Amino acid sequence: MSDSLIYAAGLRKSFGGKSGDAVEAVRGVDVEVRRGEAFGFLGPNGAGKSSTMRMIAAVSPPSGGVLRVLGMDPAVSGSAIRARLGVCPQEDTLDNELNVRDNLWIYGRYFGIPRPELKERVDELLEFVQLTEKARSKVEDLSGGMKRRLSIARSLVNRPDLLLLDEPTTGLDPQARHVVWERLFRLKQTGVTLVLTTHYMDEAEQLCDRLVVMDKGLIVAEGSPLDLIREHSTREVAELRFGVASDGDSHEALAAKVEDLAVRVEVLPDRLLLYSEDGEETLVKVHERGLQPAAVLVRRSSLEDVFLRLTGRTLVD
Amino acid sequence: MAVIEKAAAPDAASPEFIGRQLDYWLIVYRRTWKGTVISSFVAPVFYVLAMGVLLGEYVDADPDQLDGATSYLAFIVPGLVASHAMQTAVGEVTYPVMSMIKWQKVYDSMLATPLRVPDVVAANLLFVLFRLVTTCGVFMLALAPFGVFETWWGAVLAFGAQVLVGMAFAALVYGLTAGMKSEEGFGLIYRLGVFPLFLFSGAFFPVSNLGPVLAWVARATPLWHGVNLSRMLTLDNVDWSLAAVHVLVLLLLTAFGWWWSVRRLTARLVS
Repeated sequence: MSDSLIYAAGLRKSFGGKSGDAVEAVRGVDVEVRRGEAFGFLGPNGAGKSSTMRMIAAVSPPSGGVLRVLGMDPAVSGSAIRARLGVCPQEDTLDNELNVRDNLWIYGRYFGIPRPELKERVDELLEFVQLTEKARSKVEDLSGGMKRRLSIARSLVNRPDLLLLDEPTTGLDPQARHVVWERLFRLKQTGVTLVLTTHYMDEAEQLCDRLVVMDKGLIVAEGSPLDLIREHSTREVAELRFGVASDGDSHEALAAKVEDLAVRVEVLPDRLLLYSEDGEETLVKVHERGLQPAAVLVRRSSLEDVFLRLTGRTLVD
Repeated sequence: MAVIEKAAAPDAASPEFIGRQLDYWLIVYRRTWKGTVISSFVAPVFYVLAMGVLLGEYVDADPDQLDGATSYLAFIVPGLVASHAMQTAVGEVTYPVMSMIKWQKVYDSMLATPLRVPDVVAANLLFVLFRLVTTCGVFMLALAPFGVFETWWGAVLAFGAQVLVGMAFAALVYGLTAGMKSEEGFGLIYRLGVFPLFLFSGAFFPVSNLGPVLAWVARATPLWHGVNLSRMLTLDNVDWSLAAVHVLVLLLLTAFGWWWSVRRLTARLVS
């Protein structure tokens, strides 16, 4: 446990509770994050990711279980833990009426960084997130991507041992997402321990060494992105689309005809997914059975397949 | 950089952590001070001119009926400043505090750092204290040439009383705001709280004019304690044991408001 920056065992969080209508957001989570790792919490909305992150950030007291962050108990040493954390919240909490530079400045002062040193750090960070030219702009005039970058810069002002990012690229356009990923990747290379939540699978695959999938307040899978794909999916997926009038057969009927050709067949409203080790080979066999899909696609299994398998395709609000 | 962790009671604020917020509040003040000039200094002077000087000409009451004031202006001035302290304080802890909690989420960003709820509340209330000291200070200085202060030390003590009643309101209303879901309640605070208090807590006429029952209602309000204390001091007509009661009541209200504010903000933001 000495080298783990986060250690949680049976961690729980419930809200409300006085009148017995408590909502259990986190229902017993075991997690260990080691120094230098990039660790991800994946899960649909309401899975308990953000509640877990808030407990780790020492701003939300756990309702049960054990939690140690940087070796300390957040219930006792919250302030000392937060002094060594960088937090990039899901919703920007920047002061819109202040300019970019002042936002970094005041935040650095909360950590007690002496003014001459802070001045240097603020300049460095503005450079790092490519906002030097915007230093005097008011935050409310920035684009969403710039605000995110400013939030990330702000979370680095105290040179944190552990950086917590709650959905760092949600709502950004592709260009802005790639800039953020690139900056996070550079931080990771310098040895910063990253913990992030996301529901973007490509983000998790790009950034995380190890991740957990959460659903309904519990961890349902854990491992590296590759391990998870290996464990919960096949190497490849063949996607078959049939025209509307395809012999009058329903997708279910079509699925029954190819069931034995794949490890698993999933029926979607617009297509069939055949999970197998070799997609092309599966496709050949499909054609041999006389089926003529209107369109086919063979691709590698992704984390998204794992995610949907584990947490279901039903919409969560 | 030393990491300070005080395992003290959660109600205690750390002077070092309060100090770390100085730059923030300076930046806020630099941005907003121009806007406060009119509400803080110009408007109250208008009140004094209209109510005290111009309307006061028609009021020719016996000094015995005006707590010993030799003119209506001298009677009304300490009450106006105390009321103004209340309005300034309430103004600072309603919309601006709601914004820090809910709209801009500035408190969330502060609480993600080593700062704790009591540090954040203390710094905010100290900023209100600064606003009260400057506003009431300038107001009192501007009134000095009107000859409404019997003694200089009475005026200085009255200034202290005005700041104190302002702080009592600041702490109490901060606590109210900390638990409010939306800004809709502020309309009620102003219409059913601030405005009636301003009119009926003895600033414009002795509360005994209200009749025996309502007079006691007025005497139960925090503002009356501030108004009466200020007036006794500026008119040099002090009942010291009553003055002590006024100070004690205002201190207790401030202390309760502080405790309540920290409790409610903690429940709101650290959950």
